[in-house]
Amino acid sequence: MSQQNNTIGRRAFIRNSGLAGGGLILGFSWLNSCKPKQVTEAEVLEMPKEWFEINSYLKIGENGLATIYCPNPEFGQGVMTSMPMMVAEELDIAWDNVLVEIAPYDAEVYGRQFTGGSQGIRTRWEGLRTVGASAKQMLKEAAAKQWGVPVSEITTADGVLTHEASGNTLGYGEVASAAMAIAVPEEVTLKSPKEFKIISNSKKNVEGKKIVTGKPMFGIDYQYEGALVAMATHPPAFGLKLKSFDATKAKSMPGIVDVFEINTYADDYKRNFFDTNAFTELVVVVGKSTWEVMNAKKSLDIQWEPISDYEYTADRFGMEAKIKVPSGLESSDAHYAKMEELASQPGQVVRKDGDPEGVFKTAAKVIERSYTCPFLAHNCMEPMNFFAHVTEEGAKLAGPLQAPMLIEGAIAASLGLTSDKVDIEMTRMGGGFGRRAYAHYAVEAGLISKKVNAPVKLVYTREDDMTFGIYRPSYQATYRAALDENNNLVAFHVKAGGIPETPVFADRFPAGAVENYMAEQWEHNSNITIGAFRAPRSNFMAGVEQAFLDEVAELAGKDPIDFRLELLDRAMKNPVGENNDYEADRLAGVLELVRDKSDWGAEKPGVFRGVAAYFCHNTYAAHVLDVVKGADGTPRVENAVCAMDCGIVVNPDAASNMCEGGIVDGVGNAMFGGLTFRDGATQQTNFDKYRIIRHSEAPKNIEVHFVQNEIAPTGLGEPPFPPVMGALANALYKAEGRRLYNQPFISDKPPLVG
Amino acid sequence: MATFNLNINGKVKQVDVDPATPILWVLRDHLQLVGTKYGCGIAQCGACTVHLDGTATRSCMLTVSMVGNSEITTIEGLSEDGSHPVQKAWMEVDVPQCGYRQAGQIMTASALLDKNPNPSDEEIEMAMNGNICRCGTYTRIKKAVKLAANS
Repeated sequence: MSQQNNTIGRRAFIRNSGLAGGGLILGFSWLNSCKPKQVTEAEVLEMPKEWFEINSYLKIGENGLATIYCPNPEFGQGVMTSMPMMVAEELDIAWDNVLVEIAPYDAEVYGRQFTGGSQGIRTRWEGLRTVGASAKQMLKEAAAKQWGVPVSEITTADGVLTHEASGNTLGYGEVASAAMAIAVPEEVTLKSPKEFKIISNSKKNVEGKKIVTGKPMFGIDYQYEGALVAMATHPPAFGLKLKSFDATKAKSMPGIVDVFEINTYADDYKRNFFDTNAFTELVVVVGKSTWEVMNAKKSLDIQWEPISDYEYTADRFGMEAKIKVPSGLESSDAHYAKMEELASQPGQVVRKDGDPEGVFKTAAKVIERSYTCPFLAHNCMEPMNFFAHVTEEGAKLAGPLQAPMLIEGAIAASLGLTSDKVDIEMTRMGGGFGRRAYAHYAVEAGLISKKVNAPVKLVYTREDDMTFGIYRPSYQATYRAALDENNNLVAFHVKAGGIPETPVFADRFPAGAVENYMAEQWEHNSNITIGAFRAPRSNFMAGVEQAFLDEVAELAGKDPIDFRLELLDRAMKNPVGENNDYEADRLAGVLELVRDKSDWGAEKPGVFRGVAAYFCHNTYAAHVLDVVKGADGTPRVENAVCAMDCGIVVNPDAASNMCEGGIVDGVGNAMFGGLTFRDGATQQTNFDKYRIIRHSEAPKNIEVHFVQNEIAPTGLGEPPFPPVMGALANALYKAEGRRLYNQPFISDKPPLVG
Repeated sequence: MATFNLNINGKVKQVDVDPATPILWVLRDHLQLVGTKYGCGIAQCGACTVHLDGTATRSCMLTVSMVGNSEITTIEGLSEDGSHPVQKAWMEVDVPQCGYRQAGQIMTASALLDKNPNPSDEEIEMAMNGNICRCGTYTRIKKAVKLAANS
């Protein structure tokens, strides 16, 4: 058990006016997705007549049902289930008696309502448990008063308060009203992991039934009386902007209400670091139905013109950053040529241990390899969209976004409103992957609603979505390693860069494990916009570093897992440098677990194995992938074994699902993913050319294992993903006898020899 | 504009729309049946899958004028309460992550099982290959299809 100061809990006790008038909520038509225990089927349909709001995360009905609000938005990572599990655990209520709703957006009450960076569970771990424990304490005190007994003699289990000596019991619903009058405890005691009944016990997705029955839950499904449909057209290439347009034909088409231009940001608005946007001047068509608007959009006659070089100032987490945007129409061929050129020149040294250059000159063996990857589009399956209804009184917006607080300011500034007049509802998202942290489309929806003075739903076509920007950058990395005469790794050098940012993490493994080490970086600017994409930078560096280490291990004549463990042993016992940002024992731990679970070392005919391990976003991941060739020789991942260390696993089966998805996504992007450019335009605009992994290409079986420990939990949205590319490259090498250096692997063919 | 009487989920629905309108948008915009999803508009992703006389069909390229008297079933018509064996299997295996594409996956899977009650892994993959899942739930989808087949 641990004592927890109740700072978060007290803030949570600001009762939310959006939820309750005077703290009491009358029950009405709440969807009953979970059956309460010990009640008949008829009673199940009876929702509470009254709800008592114990705090802003939690209300309890007179019949003992509880509604728990999930503070963070959901895009498939499972927070709507796992976060309420953390509250319910400390509340001591039966999970079957819990209903879940998404919380309203209110940063003052709910803190950082941001889903991204694999930080949700990690940052909510103490706060949400404290919320549950505080409510439980208030219920206990209310019961103690009613019975006239010391609160210390009251125990709780499954939503029932018991005073053993007198034999008294009360359900939570029976004292919920009285508990509202109890002072919020200054301090509460949290359970130790050994006492958990809900946490670490798999619970099904609380929205599963709504999903499989097709209920409206996504932003694109948002329904509102009298809502119009809008679509926006942006320039067909990076480096172009709107010059003029003729909407005569579009305006005459059936169902069309208006056609006009919007400018996303107010002139005096200072962009923040998530206001990434190459296309701020858009031509908008508004009409009565999606199909009519789509047709009118196609009929627009728009003239575009080249941009000039420009720059703007953005707020980068409190620091001013000058963002320079170069003019020009860029192409992938030129990008790769430029990256090759910059890779051959000295970069900016960001870490140096020992004397790497000296050792490289005298080493027994030296190996150097270079790797590249293309831009990637997030391709969330639900295209970008947002609902807005702007009136003189204020703005009501609803839709898919990962971080309402990052866009609230831009919405308010563009609409000329104060933030308190902007109400944002977080809908379930059809995928996020980082893309929806950049919610320019919410601002656009607001501006469109204001212009037409009506409720509007802005919907991107797939083509609009794929070509708008905010991509995973294109990267290049060159690695060098030196071995001594005993095949020990004595020097390691990474130099990497990208368009437009560097992916280098100077202090990650194998930094700290090699006496002579150097990390260098370079960047080349671009007008193609980039953004966070599932494990930014790690999603390239993990794969190529792990592919390179595989080749170094081979050169050293060592087993790839043994080779890594030797290095980690050095990092544990006698680390080089002081800023190594990984725990070597935990990285070794996942490698050892995956070695055991995959039966590494057992030779199976026709099965080609690759291994990789990586640490990012506070979590450790290791994979072994088995590649088997089909009858036509096409390699496919037959089996994947994954070992993770994310500390305590809150919802194990859902956590496994996340890792399974990360592995499929990793195989898919390594094999097929790629967005290429010609004259500033993407050469892929829809799924006919942009290849996403499909059923018959996905691993046939995936096993996920977690290191069992009692360390506070960290996230899983990103960490399983990056090392997959390395494990796949290493397995494909065994299968094909040829190393792969350029993603996507499907097009990484050897040069034709004439 | 023209008037069409459509057989949708066992009921006749009348709509007055452009004859070139895809069924996807008739369902979503005119009938408020939004369980059928827009993903690509070019029949490449399977998000918009419905049953047309029992066959899995991409509704984004099926115009309203092509449907005639054929029966359309959407995810809402498979069962309202999630009691269809495929829906139950999806919940049991806890397939969905984001959930956006699962209606399309379920419609394709249920059409497959109607025609082939005991498909092999390869037959499941072949039938489901037109349905993309960006979250990567393919291994669970296969597990759920097999569970539904056995129930």
